[in-house]
Amino acid sequence: MYALEINGLGKVYKNGNRALDDVSLTVPQGSFYALLGPNGAGKSTLINMIADIVRPTSGSVRMFGHDLFSERAWCKKRLGVVPQEIAFDPFFTPIEVLRFTSGLFGCKPDDSWIEELLTRLELFEHRGKGTRQLSGGMRRRLLVAQALVHRPELVILDEPTAGVDVELRRRLWGFMREQSSKGTTILLTTHYLDEAEELCDHVAIIDRGRVLTARPMRELLQDIAASDLWLNYGRAIVLTDADRIALAAFEPRESAEGVCLKLGRAAGGESTFHVAYQAAVARFGPPVDAGVKSEDLEDIFLRLTTKDREIQS
Amino acid sequence: MRPINPRGTWTLFLREIRRFLKVKMQTIVTPALTAMLYLVIFRYAMGDRDVPGMEIDYFTFLVPGLAIMAMMQNAFANTSSSMIMGKVMGMQIYLLMAPLSAIEVVTAFLAAAVVRAMIVATVFLAVLMPFVDISLQHLGLILLYGVAASLIMGGLGLISGMWAENFDNVAMVTNFVIMPLTFLSGVFYSVKQLPELWQQINAFNPFFYLTDGFRYGFLGIGDTDPFASVTIVLGSVAVTFVLCWYLWHIGWRMKD
Repeated sequence: MYALEINGLGKVYKNGNRALDDVSLTVPQGSFYALLGPNGAGKSTLINMIADIVRPTSGSVRMFGHDLFSERAWCKKRLGVVPQEIAFDPFFTPIEVLRFTSGLFGCKPDDSWIEELLTRLELFEHRGKGTRQLSGGMRRRLLVAQALVHRPELVILDEPTAGVDVELRRRLWGFMREQSSKGTTILLTTHYLDEAEELCDHVAIIDRGRVLTARPMRELLQDIAASDLWLNYGRAIVLTDADRIALAAFEPRESAEGVCLKLGRAAGGESTFHVAYQAAVARFGPPVDAGVKSEDLEDIFLRLTTKDREIQS
Repeated sequence: MRPINPRGTWTLFLREIRRFLKVKMQTIVTPALTAMLYLVIFRYAMGDRDVPGMEIDYFTFLVPGLAIMAMMQNAFANTSSSMIMGKVMGMQIYLLMAPLSAIEVVTAFLAAAVVRAMIVATVFLAVLMPFVDISLQHLGLILLYGVAASLIMGGLGLISGMWAENFDNVAMVTNFVIMPLTFLSGVFYSVKQLPELWQQINAFNPFFYLTDGFRYGFLGIGDTDPFASVTIVLGSVAVTFVLCWYLWHIGWRMKD
């Protein structure tokens, strides 16, 4: 079962800007899913379409098997969204905001759950203050509480930790992990890629309204991530034509301290580390030091988006 | 989206009431006081004169008119201010994301507008009761016209709030449309005092029927037959409600 099945979703704004172009994604139920992309990639447009703030130009979305556009009420009850922009009614206090939100979603306000949310998000002491009196970080946490107050099965977090300090961010993620372990599906957009890598089990990278890749995080880091073998000879090595031909499979590069070879996967799926190492030793002798540096999510993100922009331009 | 969320509708209704009660000086006391100031000014300006063509003094004539004018203006202000604040401050998205149908949203907004209008009128009339000899000739008509006026104006406020992009836009509608139409609806004069041409023009002002019918409910006299005007008034309520429903349903000027 998928929490979201997005098929061929497109959006062209009135000014002609194509924000989404034939986007198809599946978000497995119970997953912690990262939706990544540079600014203007189309992430917020996609989220706003799911939240019924932006109308799609084409395509379809199913939420837990139900058509989002024809069964809006059913789907909305199961959806909680933390929007990117912080906005609260200045007339109300956090506890009123949560009670009203709960009611708007058709739920009888659950005071014990509201208290737990306020406590876990460190807002309990501030529950009676006007929302204008809260700091930026507090308001953002209140947005999270507001999105969770009706116990949605799918939570969309649109950059929820922007402006939140490291300590609180860590605690917020701890809380979201708990929600995830209880079966809540979480779709997260963030510019903190290390957080996405640590938290999420699935990832999609989009740019210019198109999906560049969408797969389980482990698969992305294992299959798509490139690795480099760094061989330190304590001196610069100038590659000759013969060296380049002999090591062509590893795309050799000179470095200040030696040489760098690109690793890949052999036909059987195993790393080419041994073959590359032995080939280097055969050409230059044993190095004084060596190491493997694999691409992390940020490297992959930059590589994919940069490559896509080069192709587009 | 079918109407399936009565708790959500009730919550939105309560939220709207709570919103204006949080600033009751501005939303209840000030409008009632403004209406009283009008009354005092006209009382001293007109003295004990009777309204031409009616066997009633000007002071008594003014009271129901000012009451319904305050109701209309406050019903409009309640929905329009809520909508434009939501839009300008970015809170509108929470309403769009909630599982509420257009009928539910419109019902909640209009019901809250009626409540505010009723409270303002009640405060105004309660303060005046010891000073003016005014009776309730037809309570049913008073309620019918009072609620209808609040619904129509609440609906127009909702539409204005949806249309507006800033507070200035709402102020423009208030000052150039709502104020003239309410001031020219026979609050301060009987239309029989007007030249023939203006009487005919006035017949196209729906607010005139609201004011006249409401006044008839109190005084038992008016410029038109309030029982005959019921159709026009209920028709206006229906048109306003359907228009509000449709515009919210399509997300007019709210969804890209």
